[in-house]
Amino acid sequence: MKKIVIPLVLIGLVILSAISFLTSKNTEVTKLAVLKEQFDKKNVQHVDHTQFAELKKKFTSPQQVTEACIVCHNGRAQEIMQSNHWNWERAEYVKGRGIVYLGKRNAINNFCIGTEGNEMSCAKCHVGYGMSNSKTFNYNDESNIDCLVCHDNSETYAKAQEKGGAPDPNIDLTNIAQHVGKPKRTNCGVCHFFGGGGNNVKHGDLEKSMFEPAKSVDVHMGTDGMNLQCVDCHKTENHMISGKMYSLSSMNRNRALCEDCHTESPHDDAILNKHTLKVACQTCHIPIYAKVNATKIAWDWSTAGKLKDGKPYEEDDAEGNHTFLSIKGNFTWGKNLKPDYVWFNGTAGHYLLGDKVADTTKPLVLNPLYGSYNDVDSKIIPVKIHRAKQPFDPVNKILIQPKLYAEKVGEGALWKDFNWETASEVGMKDVNLPFSGKISFIKTEMYWPVNHMVSSKENTVKCNECHTRENSRLAGLNDFYMPARDFSPVIETAGKAVLLFSFLLVLAHGGFRIFSSRKMKKKG
Amino acid sequence: MKQKAYIYRSFERFWHWMQALSIFFLAATGFEIHGSFTFFGYQNAVKYHNVAAYTFIILIVFAIFWHFTTGEWKQYLPTTKHLKAQINFYLIGIFQNAPHPTKKTVLSKLNPLQKLTYLGLKILVIPTMVISGLLYMFYRYPQKGTIEGLNIGTIEVIALFHTAAAFLLMAFVIVHLYLITTGATITSNLKAMITGYEELEAHEAPENEDLKNEKNEVEV
Repeated sequence: MKKIVIPLVLIGLVILSAISFLTSKNTEVTKLAVLKEQFDKKNVQHVDHTQFAELKKKFTSPQQVTEACIVCHNGRAQEIMQSNHWNWERAEYVKGRGIVYLGKRNAINNFCIGTEGNEMSCAKCHVGYGMSNSKTFNYNDESNIDCLVCHDNSETYAKAQEKGGAPDPNIDLTNIAQHVGKPKRTNCGVCHFFGGGGNNVKHGDLEKSMFEPAKSVDVHMGTDGMNLQCVDCHKTENHMISGKMYSLSSMNRNRALCEDCHTESPHDDAILNKHTLKVACQTCHIPIYAKVNATKIAWDWSTAGKLKDGKPYEEDDAEGNHTFLSIKGNFTWGKNLKPDYVWFNGTAGHYLLGDKVADTTKPLVLNPLYGSYNDVDSKIIPVKIHRAKQPFDPVNKILIQPKLYAEKVGEGALWKDFNWETASEVGMKDVNLPFSGKISFIKTEMYWPVNHMVSSKENTVKCNECHTRENSRLAGLNDFYMPARDFSPVIETAGKAVLLFSFLLVLAHGGFRIFSSRKMKKKG
Repeated sequence: MKQKAYIYRSFERFWHWMQALSIFFLAATGFEIHGSFTFFGYQNAVKYHNVAAYTFIILIVFAIFWHFTTGEWKQYLPTTKHLKAQINFYLIGIFQNAPHPTKKTVLSKLNPLQKLTYLGLKILVIPTMVISGLLYMFYRYPQKGTIEGLNIGTIEVIALFHTAAAFLLMAFVIVHLYLITTGATITSNLKAMITGYEELEAHEAPENEDLKNEKNEVEV
């Protein structure tokens, strides 16, 4: 009897332990249910602006609307005037530079390069009116704040092209003023989806399909799902909006993180939860971006200015994306892209106007994202890398900010005159930098963290897309050991040799035994 | 004269076969985690490997208890006596139908080579597997506000030990599976581990064993 009891008890223990480790607690479901319940409450408009006497008048200029807003919402203008939406710069600590004022006014990108001198066109996305020159613009005039671009809920407000941020003259200001409220995706999207001069040029994960996305495009904002608005995650207090893009930010502060709602250990599986220390949520939950429309992945400025029969022309691909424009050069587009991956600790560097470029043999990264495996603040994040060839002064060793936009021919603007020399000369004069008269084109890169177009959990990146010998998504990150991807060549070779040797030994020994026993039988 | 002897008690057999099962399963899931092949799917392989690891550890705890309470641990005390004869047997004698140089008895089930091998497994390979495996599961990344000395910055060293020991264990399994067939008959060792009984030479006084073996060798 005893003989049976002990093994039975043991088998029982083994099975029990197996069951207890295999079953999981369903905490995730309840956590998600709480969030869903919280965000399911539809945003109710608390006040009816059509009833206010202040707004029941015929507005003839947008400034009048702003003044009307301020009558009730006093103090709010000061908040806006503190924001980088208004100032186009903010104080940032940048590693190696100290504290600098950084923003659209002085940073260089590898799309339309820079704003200075081109404000009439660029300031279409400034939250103000009349910024024809960012240096001379009166940042203290609150009547020039554009409340409507963010707060119009009638979806009829629009800014005019190339008018320094002024609204389209054909809109009904009175009607819009009476239909204001909390910003919706459309308010943010009109600028943030079209940055760089067209849909999805810059981000890759923010584009016009996100106005009314399907859940399959973005699990949070899907109109067939929770239908979240931008400001649901980008929580805002006193007009200070959380979250920012590291094309113009440097510090690990005021970020909008998935963890703010989902916590740092949102999975049922302990091993997955352990990943969150080193892997950002987006890395697994955004397997692809640019899901609906293509995004620009490369921009070659060196071909800009080329004309056909003396006239500017354009070339498009099958989907209607420009592949060449005389004013901008050649473009490469990509759709359904796998992101690249980098370590990121929330801090970034920046190329600012006038910075010398020492080494032009390798691509110049305009906004290096800092981080490494050994840095406790770093996590792996997905990024879009935008590559470009952009104008450079090889004598002064600085990137050129060309004059791109002007109203008329003859002012030196590339987009009117198609002449790089004059565009560079005028552009560099605008920003008070020297220009040698020589232009070359150097390779540059920008890193754009991908944070939107989150897929449903069924479509997340699978374990073996990273944990694999071949074509790992993280093949480029080599400062740490990752199971399945990595191995010690010495142990691998020695181990396989030992196995092969054992196997051959056994085979030879066995074969020889069979052989010799047969021989002995014959003899015997 | 041959006699049926009960050499493997029920726990020992249970332990052996559970260990065999665990090792095969751990190897299959483990080498998938290592990236050698794909079979269960990575996430499943990790999950199953961890469950199997716990069962294996529980089994080891019971086995250690059993070895000490029964005194069976003494079976693994290494000896150089007949070591050369045993090596010679595997290299030469076995091909000439020579008898085993050491006689299997209930009190001395293992030949000197087995003693050495199993002792090596028990004090080197298995502990390396278990310790590196537990560290693999429970290591802690450096993070803010934690005691630096308790953190492990990288699993590389842990993983390399775990992998190296796994290769050794696999090599053992290959040789072990073959050596099963080198008993009195091809299947006698296997049968013994299943039923517990094996036909052994009639039990004489242990001190005569050595003499007898030497005689045997001379006779051959």
